[in-house]
Amino acid sequence: MPHDNARRGFLRHSIAIVPVAALSGAACTQETPPASAAPPPAGASAVPSAAYSPAFFHAPEWAFIQAAVARLIPADDTGPGAIEAGVPEFIDRQMDASFGHAAIWYMQGPFVDSPPEFGYQGKLPPRDVYRAGIEACDAYCKNTFSGKTFAQLDASQQDQVLKGLESGEVKFDNLSAKTFFGFLLQNTKEGYLSDPIHGGNKNAGSWKMIGFPGARADFADWVGRPGVRYPLPPVSINGPQG
Amino acid sequence: MATQKKPAVDAVLVGFGWTGAIMGMELTAAGLKVLALERGEMRDTNPDFAYPRITDELSYGIRGKLFQNLAKETVTVRHTPAEVAVPYRQLGSFLPGDGVGGAGVHWNGHHWRPLPDDLRIRSRYEECYGKKFIPGGMHLQDWGVGYDELEPFFDQFEKVCGISGKAGNLLGKIQPGGNPFEGARSSEFPLPPLATINSALLFEKATRELGYHPFPQAAANASRAYTNPHGAQLGPCNFCGFCERFGCYMYSKASPQTTLLPTLMHRPNFELRTRSHVIRVNMAADGKRATGVTYIDAQGNEVEQPADLVILCAYQFHNVRLLLLSDIGQKYDPATGQGVVGRNYAYQLNGGASLFFNQDQPMNPFVGAGASGSVIDDFDGDNFDHGPLGFIGGASINCITTGGRPIQQMSVPAGTPAWGAGWKRAIKDNYLYTTGVGSQGSVMSYRDNYLDLDPTYKDVYGQPLLRMTFDWKANDIAMTQFIGSKVEGIAKAMGPRQYQLSFKKPGDHYDLRVYQSTHNTGGAPMGTDRSTSAVNRYLQVWDVPNVFVMGASAFPQNFGYNPTGMVGALAYWAAKAIREQYLKNPGALA
Repeated sequence: MPHDNARRGFLRHSIAIVPVAALSGAACTQETPPASAAPPPAGASAVPSAAYSPAFFHAPEWAFIQAAVARLIPADDTGPGAIEAGVPEFIDRQMDASFGHAAIWYMQGPFVDSPPEFGYQGKLPPRDVYRAGIEACDAYCKNTFSGKTFAQLDASQQDQVLKGLESGEVKFDNLSAKTFFGFLLQNTKEGYLSDPIHGGNKNAGSWKMIGFPGARADFADWVGRPGVRYPLPPVSINGPQG
Repeated sequence: MATQKKPAVDAVLVGFGWTGAIMGMELTAAGLKVLALERGEMRDTNPDFAYPRITDELSYGIRGKLFQNLAKETVTVRHTPAEVAVPYRQLGSFLPGDGVGGAGVHWNGHHWRPLPDDLRIRSRYEECYGKKFIPGGMHLQDWGVGYDELEPFFDQFEKVCGISGKAGNLLGKIQPGGNPFEGARSSEFPLPPLATINSALLFEKATRELGYHPFPQAAANASRAYTNPHGAQLGPCNFCGFCERFGCYMYSKASPQTTLLPTLMHRPNFELRTRSHVIRVNMAADGKRATGVTYIDAQGNEVEQPADLVILCAYQFHNVRLLLLSDIGQKYDPATGQGVVGRNYAYQLNGGASLFFNQDQPMNPFVGAGASGSVIDDFDGDNFDHGPLGFIGGASINCITTGGRPIQQMSVPAGTPAWGAGWKRAIKDNYLYTTGVGSQGSVMSYRDNYLDLDPTYKDVYGQPLLRMTFDWKANDIAMTQFIGSKVEGIAKAMGPRQYQLSFKKPGDHYDLRVYQSTHNTGGAPMGTDRSTSAVNRYLQVWDVPNVFVMGASAFPQNFGYNPTGMVGALAYWAAKAIREQYLKNPGALA
């Protein structure tokens, strides 16, 4: 069954991205997380994750992803934005992981239009939804904004387009714009809030902002202490962050 | 595909979660040669649940690394018999297990015994409110087994699991601090309750002041070091917050791995074959006896496994599907109401409130365990007067913190934008200061909520998928609306800055997208009347006495609790009947 072989390939790939440190038990606290020795100060303005070259997204798609996630979670004084958090890298890596390939979803036909409460019933795995969705969105932007792509719009125009996708006001020919937006928003939040081992949440910046201690996973002394905020900063599966 | 044939065994177990492990222990102890076939992988605490890798919300909590792979097999779903069902393509509403330990690996550990009257629910409502109280189309059924009969097996399962809790009714005497509504227990819980988390301190105070009866949730999360009757050792839970959807790296959460497998895997008359997906039960020509099972092995070979006893121990859906694929028992037909296999599918109806507190009240929501918190049972079962309310059933109401995993367990106040600067501000301002009050409500069975085989969609082996036809009924909505009013009162009394309610309303349909409960029940209901039950009171198939069907597929309707306590007790109850009656005289048990 070629389909199964392909799936095994994806799974191997997604396992391979788990750092060696994650496999070595407590000793992993000795490891330094890659490319993140000096965390930006809280509230720093957005800086692109320049060191990362996308494996899935082509250059125009990458420009869209960077621009879109920067609006979905903007940088400001509250805490890191999606760009500083490395969300584009996270999404790119997810495209070749089990999620992007819908590897553990039931993807046999027939595909029938159903009310939303029956969940995603589309034929395309998420990576193909992204590819088609970005193309359709840029085409829509060019039509609507004198030839400019989404990434070339100003922030308020970008917000206007994103709201149009979210509400269903913007429609694409061969794809549900709402579905595309749904995956984009879901993955952006995942990349912002998940463990840094997946490429997002650089330096556990979002965890520091909200107060989640991450993979500490030992709170026996902290049960039933009303009025006392847990004091320790977050750790990743890879160890201390920043 | 070439068919291989393996040497015969005395008993074959289909599926190796809780009931498979219990049956394996009990039947090997009786001297039988027992083979367990598990469709998924081998799993054990080390290496599969080891820290820190297991504390990965994305891989386990969101992507579902330990759950059933729907690419191979899923169910199809529709709301009414008139609709075309579509596949449950990605995990949402419920999370069946896969692999050794099954869903017993990634459960939370909420332990419950049903109320004595839950097991005789039809009799109870007829006695209290009259026959006319029961709506038309509702298949309200007694279970065919009584609480007192099951009590020793609840007790046994609790001691195997090392349940942490406080008895509310010890030998008929009500105990302070426990659930005053529970049936009489023969002994106290093996371990004291878990320590009380911040939010549950508020819940206890509020519910007590409202005149209710809070008690600590009984937990299969060990509050102390514990050695169970098989010599298996559990470590004390450290409230890591990675319990539901995860395996326990601390050996604290009771699972087949922590409680039974250390003994069972070493018994010479036991064998486990993983990656062995049973596709049917093989039947003798007369249809009165099973001859074994056929499975697909890891290499894709079709293998015939002869056995004298076939015990279905898979997840509820898969048990029912195997009966249908194997043509065991009469298929249920909603048009006529005749037939028993696929009958009485039920689910649960949950609701809750999110509570947002000021910054002087950090809840530290990541400090949690699968079953850490407090509960009231005042509005469950028939613990309150249903006469003026006009519905059947109820819900347990809890304040339990399973963890504060930021992707899945983030709550923001109503009106918060879904993205942008406003969303980010809201998660910063609310994450540490949020908690919830939840309700777990019963769902009754109905003539047109049922399971059968889908006419269109197939699994990877080319066999029809199971089809679920289900939607909420007026009785269930009335129940959850009533519970919502009680939850709102509790939420207010806990004193948050702000709260919001989420309870299903009239006209709402069953929604597959959002997690609600893995507590699917029915489809092979138990009972004493063969026209309304697929298995008898010992979970033995009527007319095919060498096939037994374990698990929640036997529930005639669903109660307001987590099912695992009942599932475990029923497995011990059936195992005793097999050992002490069936093996001496193989045939239909009286």
